[in-house]
Amino acid sequence: MLEITTNHYLVLSFALFAIGIFGIAARKNMITVLMSIELVLNSVNINLIAFSAQHGNLTGQIFAIFTITVAAGEAAVGLGILISLFRLRETTSLDQATDLKG
Amino acid sequence: MSTLTANGPAILFYVFAALALVSALGVVTLRNPMYGAISLLVTFLAVAALFLLRGAEFVGMVQIFVYGGGIMVLFLFVIMLINLHRLAEVKIFGGLSPLAAVVGVLLLAFFGFFFLHAQFAAPVANPDAFVMVGAEKLGNSQAVAWSLYTENLLPFEIASLFLLVAMIGAVVLGRRQ
Repeated sequence: MLEITTNHYLVLSFALFAIGIFGIAARKNMITVLMSIELVLNSVNINLIAFSAQHGNLTGQIFAIFTITVAAGEAAVGLGILISLFRLRETTSLDQATDLKG
Repeated sequence: MSTLTANGPAILFYVFAALALVSALGVVTLRNPMYGAISLLVTFLAVAALFLLRGAEFVGMVQIFVYGGGIMVLFLFVIMLINLHRLAEVKIFGGLSPLAAVVGVLLLAFFGFFFLHAQFAAPVANPDAFVMVGAEKLGNSQAVAWSLYTENLLPFEIASLFLLVAMIGAVVLGRRQ
């Protein structure tokens, strides 16, 4: 309990992942869904850093930097899509964005 | 006092892990997206502290700069641009939310049990491994920079191209037709 091992980081990473997935699946506000996607990406970074520390290999940290980069690009484009959709529907509720629903 | 310094890293880990979990729950449950965005900022800072606890100093600072100083500001701008009124009467959770909550808790219990009891063959590596450039001990930023410019040069350049494409895409999407 008092010695922090990689297992602690893995459990924390999966807890954040589960909270993020819940946010993506359960919330109706588009902005909250995008923020939950950022949570998922952060959980992946925690996992990468934990294993990088476990093996003493710098590759995990490099990968985490690239994950942060991709998350930044994806947040920008996702928010652009959100703004376009908002201009069309005048709402941020995903209930109004069901055109592709079968 | 000596127990505090002996168990310091553990106490710090639990404090920042609890902070990250509580603020992550705040992101997915708060009604107002502005409050959710502030909660997400607290999550990012807690995660950066967790990175620092594992010797990943450069990634921790990049996390604060990019996530806290870039992505968060972007979210706040967009939230304020989409000037939302009438939030009170809307239900915030969609139709699948009970199923999502149940599946999430079950997955967490299942995977959490396995992650807790995973056995790693090697002990946790010495943090000195992260400050080595060649044979000298310089610092984590130097070691990461050395790796990014020698072994990982191609992904680095591709990442810069990716950011260019994302920037063009965001500008095109944000135009008023």
